[in-house]
Amino acid sequence: MTEALRQYVDLYRSHSDLIDSHSAPALNALREEACSTLESANLPAHGTENYEHTDLTALLSPDYGINLARTPMDVNPAASFRCDVPHLSTSLFFLINDTFAASDRSYEGLPAGVTVMGLARFAREYPEVAAAHYGRLADMKNPVVALNTMLCQDGVVIYVRKGVKVEKPLQLVNILHSGMPLMAVRRLLVIMEEDSEARLLVCDHTQVPDMKFLTLQTVEIYAGERSRFDLYDLEESTESTSRLSSLYLRQEGESSVMIDGITLYNGTTRNEYHTLFAAPGSELKLYGMGIEDAERSLETYSRIAHEAGGCMTDELFKYVVDDRATGSFTGRIYVAEGAAKTEAYQANRNIVGSDEARMFAKPQLEIYNDDVKCSHGTAIGRLDEMQLFYMRTRGLSEDEARLLLKQAFMADVIDGVRLEVLRERLRHLVERRFAGEAAGCGSCSLHSHPGCAPQA
Amino acid sequence: MLKVTDLRAKIGDKEILKGINLTVKPGEVHAIMGPNGSGKSTLSMVLAGNPAYEVTGGSAEFYGKDLLSMPPEVRSHEGLFLGFQYPVEIPGVSMVNFMRAAVNAKRKYFNEPPMTPTEFLKMMREKRAVVELDNRLASRSVNEGFSGGEKKRNEIFQMAVLEPRLSILDETDSGLDIDALRIVAEGVNKLKTENNATIVITHYQRLLDYIKPDIIHILYKGRIVMTGGPELALELEERGYDWIKARVDAEDAANLGEEVKS
Repeated sequence: MTEALRQYVDLYRSHSDLIDSHSAPALNALREEACSTLESANLPAHGTENYEHTDLTALLSPDYGINLARTPMDVNPAASFRCDVPHLSTSLFFLINDTFAASDRSYEGLPAGVTVMGLARFAREYPEVAAAHYGRLADMKNPVVALNTMLCQDGVVIYVRKGVKVEKPLQLVNILHSGMPLMAVRRLLVIMEEDSEARLLVCDHTQVPDMKFLTLQTVEIYAGERSRFDLYDLEESTESTSRLSSLYLRQEGESSVMIDGITLYNGTTRNEYHTLFAAPGSELKLYGMGIEDAERSLETYSRIAHEAGGCMTDELFKYVVDDRATGSFTGRIYVAEGAAKTEAYQANRNIVGSDEARMFAKPQLEIYNDDVKCSHGTAIGRLDEMQLFYMRTRGLSEDEARLLLKQAFMADVIDGVRLEVLRERLRHLVERRFAGEAAGCGSCSLHSHPGCAPQA
Repeated sequence: MLKVTDLRAKIGDKEILKGINLTVKPGEVHAIMGPNGSGKSTLSMVLAGNPAYEVTGGSAEFYGKDLLSMPPEVRSHEGLFLGFQYPVEIPGVSMVNFMRAAVNAKRKYFNEPPMTPTEFLKMMREKRAVVELDNRLASRSVNEGFSGGEKKRNEIFQMAVLEPRLSILDETDSGLDIDALRIVAEGVNKLKTENNATIVITHYQRLLDYIKPDIIHILYKGRIVMTGGPELALELEERGYDWIKARVDAEDAANLGEEVKS
């Protein structure tokens, strides 16, 4: 076992009763397996395949506190995050660190057949559904998933029954708030039954500027036949926040899923996307952007498995990397032998704005069928000198021209957003981000937040 | 308004302009003609301030100010406009936003408040009419997906918006069919006043049927080797550039001979 893991395994071994007592059988049932996996595992070393730019050992070594006893935080989310949302009306829920919270208004307007609930409570109230889905997609061999599974006590479940269409977007605001270094172990489980529809916006915020946080997030999404699901995962945290996210998606036939990972502000982030087409006729849009400057770093790893034929993937990730920041993209599209009529397109384009910034890209296609249309491409470059000059001859300063070009660079990722109000809001957020304005995440400076109106 | 003296410039290690002298006064239309590779586009790039070119000698004054020390955007604010031979496509930046940024940057330079949206849209509408530019193009990304003719009309549209004192139009005629050429030329003529001036850079005489120059310069090997009136263009149309090349080459050879002897 890697030494960095020992503190967590020891913690679990000595407190498993306490952990179990605040949780539910479906969650507790997997802890022992997770723990023994970790005991016999070594963390992938920094620099090894698929972990070239993430040092898991370094990320997991600090002594973070974990809220095992489920002490309630002294934060009232409904009060501090109450925002009238004139543009984007959402059903708003919270995870304060890793504890679920909802306000009275959270459930207004939600149709019957939709359950949005804290994971622990859901697992108690719907034990069979929880047992059938919790931990079934996520790969326990992934040490971050195993760690999450061993320690996780709560999270959010979104359960949309057959044929139910949720018009109003759901919004989950994750708030990190602590007086000491903290690890948040959270879990997101999305169950979309046949012919259901929902859209979810997840926003990560860190409320204590210089405090060290680590988020361990595992996401499992079941997209049933003909279901339609959008996830917009927006990180606006701080430089002292680290995030390890592993997302697992399974798509049944003729489903349509959009996953959009948007990193506006962060510290050190690794986002993994593992997706699977289990039956024909489905489509996946996997989009993302990273705006990295200072010492920030963002690593994206994606593996899209076309096990069934006749499915379509459109993957696009874009980065702008400045100062001493690091970006990395590893994307693999796997097409199984039987997956004829697959269409899969992968693109990764990046702008590196300084001599010390680093961008790494590894686009990969692995194809075992000869009746497919696939492409992949990556580009790393600087802003175009001729475009800059052209704009300057029209009177724009060099800074203005750079700003406009960087914004323009992100336009196709923003245009991919299938939620119009969010698209407009995101355009504004990206503009502000490039203009160098600070992330607005104070008590309720959620005014920088897609769900909120800008401060008048 | 413009006084260029012995201007020399290079790109990389290659010296392209080898001592340009040129004086332009308000109300004048100059044409700079010359064979391919003579330095016509380089001259326009250097005057507009493209950082890829290095000025190695000489000077350029614009209304008494040192043009060469100004960044490109200040040259624009001061009233210099370059119409590009190859207008640059800027995907993701709409024409409207681009022009609004340009107009307001200039106003800021002169300590004026930004235009109100109503004023701006009204102005855009008026200026579009100058070159019969379709409204649809204004909402599209700058030059992206524009035809050759649309791109050149768009250059003149921008010129109309920015109201420069001196416009340098680099091969504005290249790639245009006769209708587009006429629209572009008419646009330029409509914008002409006694207070502004135009330098038309062109390879062929064709454009000069529509935009009548007062003075014609022949650029060859990085120098202006001949200056004359409108009749010079007709002579070039008839005889081509070879006779000029031959004469200049012979002079150069003689000079080189002199240098070798001394």
